[in-house]
Amino acid sequence: MNEIVLYSVLSIGGLGTLMAIVLYIVAQRFKVIEDPRIDTVEERLPGANCGGCGYAGCRNFAEEIVKAGSLDGFNCPPGGSETMKEIADALGLEAEEQEPMVAVVRCSGSLEAAPPKTRFEGLNTCAFAHSLYAGRSGCPYGCLGEGDCVVSCAFDAMYMDKDTGLPVIIEENCVACGACVKACPRDIIELRKKGKKSRRIFVSCINKEKGGVARKNCKVACIGCGKCVKECKFDAITLEDNLAYIDFNKCTLCRKCPPVCPTGAIHEVNLPPRKVKEKKEEDSKEA
Amino acid sequence: MSLLTVSGSPHVHADESVRKIMYGVLISLVPAMLVSFYFFGLGAIIVTLTAVVSCVVFEFLIQKYLIKGPVTICDGSAIITGVLLAFNVPSNLPLWIVVVGSFVAIGMGKMTFGGLGKNPFNPALVGRVFMMISFPVQMTTWPKPIPLNTQLTDVVTGPTALAVVKDGVGRGEKVSELLPKVPEYMDLFIGNMGGSLGEISAIALILGGLYMLVRKIITWHIPVSYIGSVFIFTGILWWVNPDIYVDPVFHLITGGLMLGAIYMATDMVTSPMTPKGMLIFGIGCGVLTVVIRVFGAYPEGVSFAILIMNAFVPIIDRAFKPKRFGEEVKNG
Amino acid sequence: MKTFKLGGVHPPENKFSEKQPVEILPVPESVSIPLAQHLGVPANPVVKKGDKVKTGQLIAKGEAFISANIHSSVTGTVTKIDDVIDTSGYRKKAIIIKTEEDEWDGSIDTSDNLIKECNLSREDIVKKINEMGIVGMGGAAFPSHVKLMVPKGKKAEYFLINGVECEPYLTADHRLMLEKGEELMVGITIQMKALGVDKAIIGIENNKPDAIEYIGKLAQEYKGISVEPLKIKYPQGAEKQLIKALINREVPSGKLPIEVGCVVHNVGTAFAVYEAVQKNKPLIERIITVTGSNIEKPCNLMVRIGSPVAALIEVAGGLPDNPGKVISGGPMMGKALNDLDVPVTKGTSGILVFSKKQSGRVPEITCIRCGKCVNTCPMALEPFFLALLVDKQRFEDCEENMIMDCMECGSCHFVCPSGRPLLDSIRVGKSNVGKMIRERSDK
Ligand code: SF4
Ligand code: SF4
Repeated sequence: MNEIVLYSVLSIGGLGTLMAIVLYIVAQRFKVIEDPRIDTVEERLPGANCGGCGYAGCRNFAEEIVKAGSLDGFNCPPGGSETMKEIADALGLEAEEQEPMVAVVRCSGSLEAAPPKTRFEGLNTCAFAHSLYAGRSGCPYGCLGEGDCVVSCAFDAMYMDKDTGLPVIIEENCVACGACVKACPRDIIELRKKGKKSRRIFVSCINKEKGGVARKNCKVACIGCGKCVKECKFDAITLEDNLAYIDFNKCTLCRKCPPVCPTGAIHEVNLPPRKVKEKKEEDSKEA
Repeated sequence: MSLLTVSGSPHVHADESVRKIMYGVLISLVPAMLVSFYFFGLGAIIVTLTAVVSCVVFEFLIQKYLIKGPVTICDGSAIITGVLLAFNVPSNLPLWIVVVGSFVAIGMGKMTFGGLGKNPFNPALVGRVFMMISFPVQMTTWPKPIPLNTQLTDVVTGPTALAVVKDGVGRGEKVSELLPKVPEYMDLFIGNMGGSLGEISAIALILGGLYMLVRKIITWHIPVSYIGSVFIFTGILWWVNPDIYVDPVFHLITGGLMLGAIYMATDMVTSPMTPKGMLIFGIGCGVLTVVIRVFGAYPEGVSFAILIMNAFVPIIDRAFKPKRFGEEVKNG
Repeated sequence: MKTFKLGGVHPPENKFSEKQPVEILPVPESVSIPLAQHLGVPANPVVKKGDKVKTGQLIAKGEAFISANIHSSVTGTVTKIDDVIDTSGYRKKAIIIKTEEDEWDGSIDTSDNLIKECNLSREDIVKKINEMGIVGMGGAAFPSHVKLMVPKGKKAEYFLINGVECEPYLTADHRLMLEKGEELMVGITIQMKALGVDKAIIGIENNKPDAIEYIGKLAQEYKGISVEPLKIKYPQGAEKQLIKALINREVPSGKLPIEVGCVVHNVGTAFAVYEAVQKNKPLIERIITVTGSNIEKPCNLMVRIGSPVAALIEVAGGLPDNPGKVISGGPMMGKALNDLDVPVTKGTSGILVFSKKQSGRVPEITCIRCGKCVNTCPMALEPFFLALLVDKQRFEDCEENMIMDCMECGSCHFVCPSGRPLLDSIRVGKSNVGKMIRERSDK
C-alpha cells in the first residue's frame, strides 16, 4: 500500500517539476520585451475595453500612445480629462483639454407621436429591422426601437422606455464612448457637448423628408420650415435637406428657438422651466 | 384596422417543433419500455416513473428558482432524459439512487451548461456514469428477468452476459465453454436476459429506431456507423482468436450497444451536425466501446465511449464541414 | 425524375389559383412607376411633369450597363416625379401618371397573331430586348439583355428555361405556360438565336402535369427544345439549383451560370422577349397571382406595371376581415408589405394575403443542434453557425464560412424546429460582409 502512495507522489511530483521546467524554458525563449510604459499607461486606464477611443481595447490604446509618443488625437472618453491628465503626467507629456461630451437621442417618434403602422416580427436587432423595412411608423429615419444601442452600452447608461419605445440616456452614467453611435444603424445618436450644468438644446429629429411627408408619419418631426434658423442670432442653426441642425459650438443656449418650432422638435435639456412673462430677462442672462 | 405584420422571409414554417421531436422520441421508446415492464415487472415501472418524475421536477425547480428563467419542462426533453436514465439502470436499484442520479443528470449534465441545446454531454449518460462510479455494487446487481413479475423483493440476481464472458476470459476459460452459461442468442435478441431496464431487447430498440428514422428525427449515419464499426472491429478480433474473443453478433445484442447506438449517441444536442461528422462520431464510439469492453476494466463501455466522443463533437463539427455547393467543381 | 441533390424542402403547395385563367386587371386611375424596378442602376426619367405619354412610350432610360428602360404602362399625363414607398417602406423615385385613356404607342403590334419568323441578327435581338426594358420576371429582376451578352472567352451551350415555379401558392408561370405556350416557344427560339445555342431545356416541376404535357407537345415542333419534368423541391427555381437539376453541373461559388455554359431565364421573361422582339411591345404588364387561403377569389391577373397592390386585392375579393400580412412574392422569399399602396413592379410575381394566424412566427427557443438547417441548406452552408457568428459580430469568420453564397432561400428557417430566425441573422451578416468586401476593394 505504502508503495503505491510513494509511487504516485513521486510520479506526479516528477511530472509537475518537468512541466515547470518546460514552461520556464518556453517562457524564457519566447519572451516578448515590451515597453514598460505601456503598462504604466494601461494601469491608469479604466479597463472597460469599450472601444470609445477608437482602438481595440485599453491595451491597444496604451500601445498606440506609447508608440506615438504624444497625446495628440488620443482621448479616453470614459476616463475623461482626468485620466488623460494622469497619463500625461506619468509619461511627461502634454494633454490637450477635452470638452466633456454626452450622447443624445435625436428622435422623438414615440409610440404616441409616431403611431406604429405595422407590427415587426423577427430577429430583434435594429440592424436587421433597418435592412428589412422603414420602421414601425413608416419614418425611414426614425428609431426602430429594437435597442441595439442599449445592448452596446457598457456603462449601463441606456435603457429602453417601454411607454415611448425610445431609448433613454442616463446622463450621469454616460461617458460618451460612442459605442451606441456606432451601434445605431440610422445614426440617430449623436455625441454633443455636455455644456455647462449639462444644459443643451438640440433638434431631436433627423428626418430629411419633405415636411408634409415627415409630418404624416410623426407629429414631432422636423419639417424643415426654417423658423428656428431665422430666430437664431448666432448662426448656430443650419437647414439642409429639410432638416435643421444646431451646432453645439455656436449655440449659446439663448432659448429663442424652441418656442418657434411648430412641431416641438427642438428639445431643451436641464434648463430651468420657462417663466413665460420674464422671458426677456432670462434670455439676456443666459446669453 | 389591425396592424399588418412585417417580417423577413420565409413567411411559412415547417410543421415541426422541438416538442414534436421530443414526443416522437418518447413514442419510439414505448416498445422497449413495454419489454422491460414485461421482463422486470413492477420494479421497472417504479424505477422509470421515479426517474421521469424526478428529472422533470428537478428541471422545474432549477429553472424556476435557481435560474429564474422560463420553465420549459413541457418540451419533453426532461422526460426523455428520465426515461433514458431509467433504461440505463437495473430494475431493483434503490429509488433514492435513482433520484440522486436524476439530479446529477439534470443539474450537472444539463442545467449547468444552460439547459437544452447547450449541454456538451448527454445528460442521461452523465447521470448513469455518476451512479456507476458512486454506487458500483447497486448498479451492477442485475435481476434476472421474470416475466410479469409483480414482486418487488427477492428477485434472483446475476451478472450480465457480457460480464460472464469477460470474467470467464479473465480467469482463462475459453469462450466456447462460457457461451452455454449465458442465455441463447434468440433470448438475448428479444431481451430475455439480465441487464439494465431498457437495454435488454435489441428488437424493440431497433423498432423504435426505425420509427425515428421514418419520422426523420434521426438519420441512419450514427447508428449504422456505430453498430457497423463494433461489428467489424469485434469480428476482426474474433477472427484472430475465437478462444478469447466472442463473436461479433454476441457483442451487438448484449449490453447497452443498441440503446447507446440508437438513442444515446443520436441525441441531437450532443452529436455532430453533418453526415460526415456523424459517421466519424459513430465510428469513434464503436471503436472506443470495443476497446473498453475487450481491453478495459469494465465489461461494458458504451456510456464511456459516447461521453468521450461527445467531448470531441465541437472539434468534429469544425473539422468536417459540409462540402459547399460549388466549392470544388468537377463538371463533365 | 431529376432534381438537385443537396438539401431543399417541400413546403405545402397550396396552389389555389392554378385553374384560374388569366384575367385582365382594368387600367387603374393612376400608376406610379418606380425608376428602380430592376437590379442595378436606376433609370433616368426622360419625361417631365405635365408631359402627355402614351401606353408603351419610353419614360425613363437605363443608361448604365446594368440597368433597364422603363415605359409608360398607361396613357395620360405625368403628374409628378416624386418619391413613393417601395416594398420595404423606404422611399424611391417614381414617375406618377394620371390615366386618361388607353391609347397604345403606334409602333406596338397589339393583335393576337402569332409571329414565328424572326429575321433579326443576334446583336439586334439583344438590342431590342434592351430597348424594351425586359428584366428577369422571376423576382430578382436582373436586366435580361445583360444575361444574353455572353462575355468574351465564355461559350453558352445550354439555354435553360425556368418553369419550375417552386414557390408555394404562386401560379402565374403555370398559367402563362398553359395560355401562351406558342408565344413562349417562339420567345425561346429567339433567345437561343441570340445566344447561339442549339439546346434549350424547359424545367417544369411535376405538380404541373398539364403544363408538362402541353409544352412537351409543342416542343416537338421546335428543334432543340426539350421539356424536363422535375421532382417537386424548393428552391429548384434558383438558378444554380436548376442548372444542377437539369444538366448536373455545379456553378462555382461566386460565379455566374455562364461559367458552366448556361443561361437561365424564367418563362415569364421568355414570353416578354417574344412580345418585345416580335410585337415591339415593351414590358409594361405582367401576370401576377393574387392568392391566400382566405382570399375570396384567388386569381391570376394581367396587371399594368405601377398599379397599386390594393387594386389587385380588390379584384380578388378584397382584403379579408383580419389580414395579418400581405406579401409581395411567394411565401418563401417574398417581402412583407407595410403599405398597400405600393406599386406593382416588373419583378412582382404574386400578392399573397395571410390571416393573423398564418402570419405569426413560431416561438423562438435555443438551438437544439438538430442539424436540420445544415442538411437542408441547398448551398451546404451551416446556417446555425453563421447565425451564431453574426451574433458575435465575427464577420471575417462569416466570410470564411461562405456566407455570401447564401441565396436567402429561407429553407433553413423553414425547417428549424426551434423557430430560430436564421435567415434574419444571415441577412445582417451578409450586409456587413458585403460592406467589408467593398471597403477592401476600395483600398
Ligand atoms: S443559409 Fe441561405 S441558402 Fe442556406 S438554407 Fe438558409 S437561406 Fe437558404
Ligand atoms: S435547424 Fe434550428 S435547432 Fe436545428 S441545428 Fe439548425 S438552428 Fe439549431
